[in-house]
Amino acid sequence: MNEQELIPHLFRTEYSKITSVLCKLFGIEYIETAEDIVSDTFLLAAETWGLKGLPQNPTAWLYTVAKNKAKDFLKHEHVFTKKVAVELKNSDTNTEDIEIDLSNTNITNSQLQMMFAICHPSIPAESQIGLSLNILCGFGVDEIADAFITNKENIYKRLIRAKEKLRTENIKMELPPAAEINNRLETVLTTLYLLFSEGYYSTSKNTTLQKDLCIEAMRLTLMLAENEHTKTPTVNALLSLMCFHSSRFEARMNLNGEMVIYEEQDENLWNLELVEKGIHYLTKASTGNKLSKYHLEAAIAYWHTHKTDTPEKWESILQLYNRLLSLEYSPIAALNRTYALSKANGKKEAIAEAEKLELKTSHLYHLLLANLYEEIDVSKVYHHLTQALELAKTDTEKMNIEKKINLFSK
Amino acid sequence: MKEFLLIFRREDSNYAEKMSPEQIQSMLKPWQDWIGGIAAQNKLVTAGNRLESDGKVVKPNNLVTNGPFVEIKEVLGGYTIIKANSLEEATEMSKGCPILQVGGSVEVRAIIPMDN
Repeated sequence: MNEQELIPHLFRTEYSKITSVLCKLFGIEYIETAEDIVSDTFLLAAETWGLKGLPQNPTAWLYTVAKNKAKDFLKHEHVFTKKVAVELKNSDTNTEDIEIDLSNTNITNSQLQMMFAICHPSIPAESQIGLSLNILCGFGVDEIADAFITNKENIYKRLIRAKEKLRTENIKMELPPAAEINNRLETVLTTLYLLFSEGYYSTSKNTTLQKDLCIEAMRLTLMLAENEHTKTPTVNALLSLMCFHSSRFEARMNLNGEMVIYEEQDENLWNLELVEKGIHYLTKASTGNKLSKYHLEAAIAYWHTHKTDTPEKWESILQLYNRLLSLEYSPIAALNRTYALSKANGKKEAIAEAEKLELKTSHLYHLLLANLYEEIDVSKVYHHLTQALELAKTDTEKMNIEKKINLFSK
Repeated sequence: MKEFLLIFRREDSNYAEKMSPEQIQSMLKPWQDWIGGIAAQNKLVTAGNRLESDGKVVKPNNLVTNGPFVEIKEVLGGYTIIKANSLEEATEMSKGCPILQVGGSVEVRAIIPMDN
């Protein structure tokens, strides 16, 4: 890695670790102070390393500087010392003795606790994702704005409000008690799921960013899967789902950065190692008596790793979608279920079922119907493709639909 | 949208006993597909439950009888709750119910909302 890449890379990996450890020490109400200390540390790194060259161990350098800055802060901020130091967990008021523990164990614990703090039920869902990206994944406001396709000011305001909430709601940096952990985990998993989806289905043109979002979501989920208090079957199911999806990452995009639909993907580009991991975590998830939507989605994703169409494959996928929809409705699941129905029960039945879906304002609905009417009714295919073109939102989608219309008109 | 209780009745309580395991298995898919189709329209409230055919009926004066089968020809087999815009729509949706394939019936009843 060259010098230009080193600082952004370290920022991504270390920002969250140091911030989490400092927040655990100070209390999360001092999150902005903690972030300032870490940002200052990186600023100093950029200046010093630029002048004097890289230290032998850049991470250790960052930790030492951050520790000293944290101690300085505790020493010099009299108000802070008076008001807070007495409340510090190791309530020793002598700042010289305060241990800033940047061991791997404490880093992992602090990040897990941070995850639960950010995904507290009192923080709005939208803010949870932004906060996670910002604090747990070390993403800057620019990148978050890019991922959400909105402007920086919006994201900035959203983050400020969310951090204010962390303060005012008196949220603690701790793992919830065993009795509450399943309930609280649900919110955490929803956020990680959305984080992953944000990357996987993002319409942002920045493909590196998309992949980073997915990798970060997987890293955080893995952290839960490896902790003895949080390694529930549902966590394993979500991790399995992420492994199966990301196994197709390389195949989903052609050399021009355009989406390649599943049917047209080159399966040689599927990552078999991730498929194996997906199966591993799905097996681990297959205990207990709770069937979550992640279990069902992971099982659907598992079947999609078999490229060859068999009656068993589509019948299984159809039944999994039937159960998924009974558990929780979503328009995408309804459309995918109808596609599976066409594969399992035939196109005529699927068309009849599709007409009942009240999704006429979605371009995906019309694309599905155009697909189902192929070989049945040419005029309907054309009608639905034109509707889809009208409703499609992004240029890439529009381009793909136009391509289909052109192919079709020949 | 209003909620509707769909009550499934079938005529012969022992008809399952006359069926082979394969036949019973083949009954499964139409139910799954029918419920899945309602859920895909975002109109499923609960898939509900299926009921065992054994039961007791308690009447005034501590009179307990073995099941309601003596007086009523059709046996209550289960229930599902759906959402629909009108009784007509709920009725239309019930026409796909697999119980009709084995000579059963679906009773469609609007549920009175709690806040009324």
